[in-house]
Amino acid sequence: MSIAFKVFWAFISLGVVTVWGLTLNGMVHKIFARVQGRLGPPVWQPFIDIIKNNAKRTAITHGIMFYLGPVFRIAGGIGTYMFIPVLFGSAYFSNFSLSGDVLLVMYFIFFGQLGMALGAGEGGHPYSAIAVSRGLAQMTAFEVPFALSVISLVAQYGTLNITEIVAAQQGGFLRWTLFTNPLAVITAMISMLGMNMYNPFSVVIAPQEIPIGPPTEYHSSFLGMLATNRGIFAGAKLVLFMNLFFGGATNLLILMLKTFWIYMFSVFVGAAYPRFRTEDSIRFFLTYPTILGIISVLLFSF
Amino acid sequence: MKDDDIKNDSNLTVEVSQTPIADYPDWRKDDKSLTNAGLSEEEQDWFCDARPQPAKKSWQIMENFFNWARSNSLWILAFGTGCGAIELRPLVTARYDISRLGMQPRPTPRQASVFMIGGYVSIKTLKRIVRSYEQMQGPKFVVAVCSCAINGGMYWDSYNTVKRIDEYIPVDVYVTGCMPRPEAVLAGFSKLKELIKAGKAEGQNLYAEKFDWYKENQKSVIKDWNMPDYNW
Repeated sequence: MSIAFKVFWAFISLGVVTVWGLTLNGMVHKIFARVQGRLGPPVWQPFIDIIKNNAKRTAITHGIMFYLGPVFRIAGGIGTYMFIPVLFGSAYFSNFSLSGDVLLVMYFIFFGQLGMALGAGEGGHPYSAIAVSRGLAQMTAFEVPFALSVISLVAQYGTLNITEIVAAQQGGFLRWTLFTNPLAVITAMISMLGMNMYNPFSVVIAPQEIPIGPPTEYHSSFLGMLATNRGIFAGAKLVLFMNLFFGGATNLLILMLKTFWIYMFSVFVGAAYPRFRTEDSIRFFLTYPTILGIISVLLFSF
Repeated sequence: MKDDDIKNDSNLTVEVSQTPIADYPDWRKDDKSLTNAGLSEEEQDWFCDARPQPAKKSWQIMENFFNWARSNSLWILAFGTGCGAIELRPLVTARYDISRLGMQPRPTPRQASVFMIGGYVSIKTLKRIVRSYEQMQGPKFVVAVCSCAINGGMYWDSYNTVKRIDEYIPVDVYVTGCMPRPEAVLAGFSKLKELIKAGKAEGQNLYAEKFDWYKENQKSVIKDWNMPDYNW
C-alpha cells in the first residue's frame, strides 16, 4: 500500500473520528442535562460552537507560546489518533499503526497536555496557572495505574503492537481483555475517569471555582481549535480503550456502539458523584487502582 | 444637587492624573494611537496603544451563515451589577433552561459573546464593565436587564449611578422591568437572536467608530481612570 493512499485514508478516518467525538460530546451534554431534569442543548451544539468561535472577527495574542498551546494540544490529539489502528483487519482505517505503537500513543496522550500547560502559562491568567498545576498533578497520578494496566497487557500478550493486541482478542467476546485480564481493565477504566475529567475528577476544569480551567485566556479560533481537539482526543482515547480492552472493532457501527458505551461509563459516574479535591484524587489514584494494577502486572509476569 | 454641580465641586471630584493631549510633544499631535495617560510610564509599556478598528465582514453568504451560528451559540458573560442578576439563576436551571437554545454562561470575558448587565451600574462598576466589554472578542452583543440600566430606575437621582448605560457601551437589547421575569429576559434574548440573524447587531463596530465619543463619556464619569484607554 502506497504512503499516499495511507495518508489519504488516515485523514478520512481523522474526519470520521472528529465528527463522532464531537457528536459524543453533544450527547454527553444532553445526558447530563436530562439527569438534571433539563432538556439540554441539541446534539449538534458543539459543531455550532466551533463554527461560531472560528467566525469571531477579532483575536489577541499573548506571545508565541500562547499561539503554540492549542497547536500542541491538537497535535497531541491527532498524534494519539494517528498511531491507533481504528478498525481491525481494515486496510483503510488502520492509520499509521506500527510495532511499539502503545508506547508512542501513551507518550502522545501526555504531550498535548504539556504543550497546553506552556501556552496557558503565557496567557498570564492566574486561574490558568492554578488549573494547569491541578491538571498536571492529576494527570501524573492517573498515568500510574494506566501505565500499570498497559504493562500488564504487554506482559499478557507479549507485544507492544496494538494491532497484535486486538488480533489476540478475536474469536468471541470471552477472549476480550475484559474477561481474560479483568484487573487490568478495572484499573484502566478507573484511570479513564481521570482522563475524561468528569466528576469526581473534574477539579481541573472546575466550572464553579476557577472559571474554565487552563483555557481561561483562550478565545476565538484558539478556542475553536481546542474544542475540535476535544472531539478528536475523546475519540482517540475511546478507540484506544476499545482496542486494548474490548476486542477492537471490525466495522464502524461496532466502533460507534463500543466507544459510546465505554464513554458512558465515565459519564454515568460523572453524573452520580460529587467532585474530589486535587489531593483527594491523587491519593485515590495512587492507592486502589495502583494496587490493582500492580497485582494484575504480577499475575501476568510470573 | 445636580450632576453639573457635582462635576464642578472641587471637594467631590478626584484629581485626575491624566496628561492632556496638548502637553505631548509635537510629533505626537497627529498620532492617533492611544496615550494610556492614566497609567504610569512603566505601565504604559505593558499595554497596546492601538485603537479598535471596525471589523471587516466576510462575504454576505458566509456572513449570513456565521450570524446563524452566532445567534445559536450565545455565550453569556453575566455581570451581576444589581438585583437583576438574581433572574439569571432560574434561566439556567430546569424550569427555563437556556442551554436548549444553545446558550450557556461563560465565566471569562474572552470567550463570551453576550454581555448581560443585570441591574444598576454604579460608577465603580462601570469601570469594570468597560474593562470586561473591551476584553470580549467581537462580534459582541450587550443585553441590559432592568430599568436601572436603561434610565437609572429607582436610582434616577443618585450621585453615584450611571443613568443610561448606552452612553458608555453600545447596547443591543434592553429588557425592561423591575425586575423582569425570566420570561422577559428570554424574550430579550430571542430579540437579540433576530437582530444577529438580520446582521443588525453590530455594536462592536459602532464602538470602534464612535470610540472617542464613548471614551469621553466614560472618562467624564470615571474620575480615577487608572487603566489603559482600550483594554485589549
